[in-house]
Amino acid sequence: MTGVEVALAGLRRTFGTVHALDGLDLTLAPGELVALLGPSGCGKTTALRVLAGLEDADAGTVTVGGKDLTRVSANKRNMGMVFQAYSLFPHLTAVENVAFGLRLRKISGAERTKRANEALELVGLTAQSGRYPHEMSGGQQQRVALARALAIRPAVLLLDEPLSALDAKVRVQLRDEIRRIQLEVGTTTLFVTHDQEEALAVADRVGVMRAGNLEQIGPPEEVYSRPATAFVAEFVGLSNRLPGVVAAGGTVEVLGQQLPLAQSDATTPGAEVTAYVRPEAVEVAVDSTSEATVASSAFLGSSSRVTVTMPGGELITAQVPSSQVSQLAPGTAVRVTFARTPVAVS
Amino acid sequence: MNRRRKQSLFRWVVLVVLGVFFLLPLYAMLEFTTRGADGRTAEVWKTLVDWGQIQEDYPDLSTGIIYSLEQAALTAVLMLVLLVPTMVWVRLRLPWLRRPMEFLCLLPLTIPAIVLVVGLAPVYAWVTYLISGSSLWLTFAYVILVLPFAYRALDAGLAAIDVKTLSEAARSLGAGWGTVLWRVVLPNIRSAVLSAAFLSVALVLGEFTIASLLNRENLQVAINLLGKSSATISVAVSLVSLVLAFVLLFALSFVGGRRRSKEVS
Repeated sequence: MTGVEVALAGLRRTFGTVHALDGLDLTLAPGELVALLGPSGCGKTTALRVLAGLEDADAGTVTVGGKDLTRVSANKRNMGMVFQAYSLFPHLTAVENVAFGLRLRKISGAERTKRANEALELVGLTAQSGRYPHEMSGGQQQRVALARALAIRPAVLLLDEPLSALDAKVRVQLRDEIRRIQLEVGTTTLFVTHDQEEALAVADRVGVMRAGNLEQIGPPEEVYSRPATAFVAEFVGLSNRLPGVVAAGGTVEVLGQQLPLAQSDATTPGAEVTAYVRPEAVEVAVDSTSEATVASSAFLGSSSRVTVTMPGGELITAQVPSSQVSQLAPGTAVRVTFARTPVAVS
Repeated sequence: MNRRRKQSLFRWVVLVVLGVFFLLPLYAMLEFTTRGADGRTAEVWKTLVDWGQIQEDYPDLSTGIIYSLEQAALTAVLMLVLLVPTMVWVRLRLPWLRRPMEFLCLLPLTIPAIVLVVGLAPVYAWVTYLISGSSLWLTFAYVILVLPFAYRALDAGLAAIDVKTLSEAARSLGAGWGTVLWRVVLPNIRSAVLSAAFLSVALVLGEFTIASLLNRENLQVAINLLGKSSATISVAVSLVSLVLAFVLLFALSFVGGRRRSKEVS
């Protein structure tokens, strides 16, 4: 199956005085998985619900595969959806849940069972096909929900924070599985999440939303390493906020070092700005002549996070391999340098 | 251990006292209906199980029974048709209407039947004048009467499932509103629907005030009438209708209990 193009154009939606969508434009290429990322209330779920037809837009259009679906009701849009809350029908078994959409499409008994079982096989739950939702774990329920959404061979797959009710380990597993299945079936997919790691891990492109509009959209690497705005830099990944001065040639001087600027449309040279430096771009080395000292460190498994107090009083967080952290006890004098990765400024 | 024994003793005492309180009058009724000129007789009960005999000897009673059963069935159906879609729709689309609707549905509980009759009398006078004086028209008054109980039962059922997510899931799979209601919501609130229906039936079978004051016929009116001419048969019928109500309520707690045990597993 090949995916279709999905286009949201100029979508507006207001709840009372809140602009949940403020002229949102978003196009998904056929077969692409786009993750919408943002803090709660940024409009990402509203965007997905407008695309699903569960919410009406005040203005704008929804086009899927060249057809205008703006005024088409949700049950006629042929979209598969997985919800944040457990949404399996409690009175039906796993396979009956998956077959529900097929039944509504008047697909005959044998064909229906075959396709429902195929969908369950895709999510690896063939053995659980006769179980009721309350007999399954949260992860299994979400898998069945995914199978149910895919069984109808939808034009678009919509995932509304499908992993947020699950515990950490299952979440990572299912996240990878969703990506595998999505690549296998090739359905154009919109994935809404507030978890940046999730978004960066599964998406072809990540869109960061703020106040009802896209702040930046691009491949995960680009959004992470070259954030277009300070908001993106702060929301995606951790950042140190450090004072800097814009220098000539697209660089910024931060604590005496020249670093390349992430934004091309940067401010004029000489301007005082806040630079956002990633912890993994900060290198810490023991140096008894330095005035900077280690304030604290936190063990995170393979890496550790070390906070350093600079001579000027600024706190800088660095991510270092855990093998080095034994030399960096609190109070140790260290020298801080930055890797020459692009930084965002505001 | 000692405390537990005390508690269980207390429980038994309560059970026995309440049992005597409820069962003694029933026993007295049974005793009364089996009194004969010389010793015990099952004459009354023989009549009661013979429908042909009842129709022949007590025509008022037989019409009363038929009207009451029809009223009970119609009330339960009309109440469900009216309430279930409305409550689901309010939950999904008009959540701000929930409080006013709850207030409205519970209102009949606070209005004495006699006051209702004062209001209903002119309405039913017009119904009689324009359409007919059939006792089945009482169904509409009874739907209002059972609203508080039915609303509570259905509300509990709807609160136990995530109506919004389930219906959105069904709609995204291609279901229209009718299918959502019939194939997704109803099967999952089945026990709530059953309890609402049972409560309505029990209430209608026991209704006297409105029917009597509006000069309509039903079981209780017939029993009251019969009490003036044939005391034993009227007491026997009362006993049957009481036991029937008990059975309905037992069935109701059975339905509720089964649902709970299913949820736990």
